[in-house]
Amino acid sequence: MRLLTHNMLSSNIKGVTDGFPLKIEAGKVVEKEVDMNTDFLKNIFTKIEWKPFVEAAKTLGYSELPEDVDPSLLDSQDFLTKFHHALLEIHLEEGALVCPETGRKFPVSKGIPNMLLHEDEV
Amino acid sequence: MAARPELLAPPEIFYDQSEARKYTSSSRIIDIQAKLSERALELLALPDDGVPRLLLDIGCGSGLSGETLSESGHQWIGLDISEAMLDVAVEREVDGDLLHADMGQGLGFRPGVIDGAISISAVQWLCNADKSSHEPRLRLKAFFGSLYRSLARGARAVLQLYPQNIAQRELIFNYAMRAGFGGGVVVDYPHSTKSRKEYLVLNCGPPSLSAAVPNAKGEDGMSCSDDEENHTVTVSDRNRPRKKRKLDKTNGGKDWVIQKKEQMRRKGAAVPADTKYTARKRKSRF
Repeated sequence: MRLLTHNMLSSNIKGVTDGFPLKIEAGKVVEKEVDMNTDFLKNIFTKIEWKPFVEAAKTLGYSELPEDVDPSLLDSQDFLTKFHHALLEIHLEEGALVCPETGRKFPVSKGIPNMLLHEDEV
Repeated sequence: MAARPELLAPPEIFYDQSEARKYTSSSRIIDIQAKLSERALELLALPDDGVPRLLLDIGCGSGLSGETLSESGHQWIGLDISEAMLDVAVEREVDGDLLHADMGQGLGFRPGVIDGAISISAVQWLCNADKSSHEPRLRLKAFFGSLYRSLARGARAVLQLYPQNIAQRELIFNYAMRAGFGGGVVVDYPHSTKSRKEYLVLNCGPPSLSAAVPNAKGEDGMSCSDDEENHTVTVSDRNRPRKKRKLDKTNGGKDWVIQKKEQMRRKGAAVPADTKYTARKRKSRF
């Protein structure tokens, strides 16, 4: 699972009002290189919640991202490269996602988070 | 026709390892899936500006449909309930991210972040109650409600599905409308039993001119590419050309009658002897 997905996911348990962001318990982290697409980065930038994104990247061992951002940074090649790397190239292979309200763990194995809920959580 | 898989077992059990394997080994299944997802992507009508979007693939299975999305350059997140299918997807090293989730429990995404959603042959599974805790109506409601929330305004969802009957189609469509979606059903090749495909094209947000339901294929005389089942029958074509009666000059006449009598004699039938009256023309006053 990439941080792109993590930034979109929120806990879906019944009764939870603010299930975002899910905390990450990092086990195994891998990096896979992919081609950079500036258009996509500019498009997705407006949708990313930056603070949780930086936090998540730190948990996975990448702390190059600036704490504060504004859209003007999108013209900087240096920033785009870092943004791209954190968003699309770092994968959480093994570990868990933790619901911020209930503390319920969603295990991640082989890069796939198991988001299935128990019957009493629906 | 094979039984509908929905009636055999719940999806997480039906799509076991051997079933999942088919989705990588059978070129026919791969071909069909690719065609369906290409068409779904076409119906999604994303702006033609070359900017990759973040799409959702609901019931992604082994990632065959996601492959089509990747080929068009989009980023995607796929979710499926069958672990065996997801394992195959991991093996195939698909580009998108995968989630092991149940669409009937609602999709856990932040509001308004997804640019479009496709689903290939998955939504009809929601109409089945596979566990005692399953209530199809609640599951449809949870699914469409959460889908509506997670889509950006103006985004589309294209769900290809095989409803079992009219009641099921109405049920699914009803819940989509109740969640706030606009849109309709696009039926490709409506006259063909084999290539007939239904797509639920849903628009998120207020109806606009661009939100009109797109045209179906094969409705206005466009023929299927691979099989020619789809020719419309024009009125003049409706009557089959009659077999022309043979205008054979050989029957009739004295020689012919004598030959026939000879034939019958050989068969042992009682045939009057040949005389000067045999096959004689009658007078016109008769």
